Amino acid sequence: MTIHQSLAADSGSEKTVEQSVYFYQAPVRLWHWGNAFSILTLALTGYFIGSPLPSVSGEASANYLMGDIRFIHFAVAQILSVLLILRLYWVFVGNVHARQIFYVPMRGRFWKECLHEVRWYMFMARQPKRHVGHKPLARLTMFFMFTLPLLFMVITGFALYSEGAGRDSWEYALFGWVFSIWPNSQEIHTLHHLGMWVILVFVIVHIYVAVREDIISRQSIVSSMISGERLFNDVED
Amino acid sequence: MATAETFYDVIRRQGITRRSFTKFCSLTAASLGFGPGTATAIAEALETKERVPVIWMHGLECTCCSESFIRSAHPLVKDVVLSMISLDYDDMIMAAAGHQAEAILEETKARYKGKYILAVEGNAPLNENGMFCIDGGRPFVEKLKWMAEDARAVIAWGTCASWGCVQAAQPNPTQATPIDKVIRGMPIIKVPGCPPIAEVMTGVVTFITTFDKLPELDRQGRPKMFYSQRIHDKCYRRPHFDAGQFVDEWDDEGARKGYCLYKTGCKGPTTYNACSTVRWNEGVSFPIQSGHGCIGCSEKGFWDQGSFYDRLTNLHQFGIEANADKIGLTAAGVVGGAIAAHAAVTVVKRVTTKREADG
Repeated sequence: MTIHQSLAADSGSEKTVEQSVYFYQAPVRLWHWGNAFSILTLALTGYFIGSPLPSVSGEASANYLMGDIRFIHFAVAQILSVLLILRLYWVFVGNVHARQIFYVPMRGRFWKECLHEVRWYMFMARQPKRHVGHKPLARLTMFFMFTLPLLFMVITGFALYSEGAGRDSWEYALFGWVFSIWPNSQEIHTLHHLGMWVILVFVIVHIYVAVREDIISRQSIVSSMISGERLFNDVED
Repeated sequence: MATAETFYDVIRRQGITRRSFTKFCSLTAASLGFGPGTATAIAEALETKERVPVIWMHGLECTCCSESFIRSAHPLVKDVVLSMISLDYDDMIMAAAGHQAEAILEETKARYKGKYILAVEGNAPLNENGMFCIDGGRPFVEKLKWMAEDARAVIAWGTCASWGCVQAAQPNPTQATPIDKVIRGMPIIKVPGCPPIAEVMTGVVTFITTFDKLPELDRQGRPKMFYSQRIHDKCYRRPHFDAGQFVDEWDDEGARKGYCLYKTGCKGPTTYNACSTVRWNEGVSFPIQSGHGCIGCSEKGFWDQGSFYDRLTNLHQFGIEANADKIGLTAAGVVGGAIAAHAAVTVVKRVTTKREADG
């Protein structure tokens, strides 16, 4: 139960109507939490690859700190990529909500709803609209600040990895074209770094909005990503 | 003027022994990464084939490529290359001048149509119709296009010709343009570096002369044999990188112990060149061995990648000197602040609306 529902349940005198809809399928939820773990790990290790920790002492052969940090970064990146491939498969076979953050609809209604949500966040609308699945504004933000940057990070990441793996690696065969766009890979390093910050800024906004909506918009958000269900509570504050 | 004599004729005439000649062939075969059998092939080619006419032109450049070239490690290499190719025109070091020199271009163009190699040092500025570089009374860009028409292939010596180098650094007032953006429909071999390593230059020329074909090029048009790996991949300080042992300051303990120069801005991890294997000045050393990070001189736009001493590139697009981390942290801070404010307003709003409802 969300905090909000317990409040409603306590105030017994009011009539409580709860509806629940199942819509986040298991692969979507698995991807979400897999991403949460991978992105946190990748951001941390990635940061320390760009700005290494203070030097360790002793023989070089007795230490492998940078090597380990890089190994974790690469290994987790592979996990993230495999999850992304599974998720892309699910875009085609999953339900309608599994597709939402992979494209932006051009319908007028979508933009109207986005505008309404902006008004809601600007404290201009009294009540938020209710949605099963992603809210329009969330969907827009996720597409531009998460889905696209994530794809960008995977592509540039494999391209950078191919530098060490060698020109005859499959990574270079698949992602070498990135070097046709940015021949100097220092630029790709910089963009890969900026991409991390775009995703981290998204994460901050994402967590804040999810928690806030969970508390005040009378629909479950955070628990939906665990159970897959959305609970609607009709009681007004 | 160009003759039909072979390279071998020329060096024997210059008094070089057969022994020195075979030594050179083995050394070149080894530096190109071939087996011992190739040394014989090289020797045979140099003994029998007509020398390749080469036209060496100078555009917007500093001549460091020529300086590097004439300092090829093995003293013989210089003789070999300068004799191996029939260097018919090089306005920097040739005896002829003025109309006499320009006449050679006309003659080569007519006589060796589709056979000569056009080696270009420097690039062509296109702004103001090419007026920033006048060569022989006309814009260099015109001369370049004119000579390229009948060439067999073009070698772009150095970072200037390959990528643009310092004269193409932002804001590039003369609109200095690399060779492959000026000449189309012609094989162009990029040999970047500021300057390129002498042995790499002679290696490329030897390859073309010996095998009568152009070396295999990578995605960026560089010979794969010299530009397939990064400085970082073959750096002798690489174990310190993997161990996490870095130079933090130029005079610290790490610097004295020869730790990795990654934190002091070494561009080895993003630079494709042969410095860490071939090295410089008869294989004596290379920048990292001398305690200074690689500046990435053979990479595109290396002047525009921030300081030579920063690991993370400064991004000037943001109007201030800031790297990706500073920009990211600032953005995160601004967003975090906005969220705190938004949360505060939310709480206030809820409290007041509740009071209204209750009241």
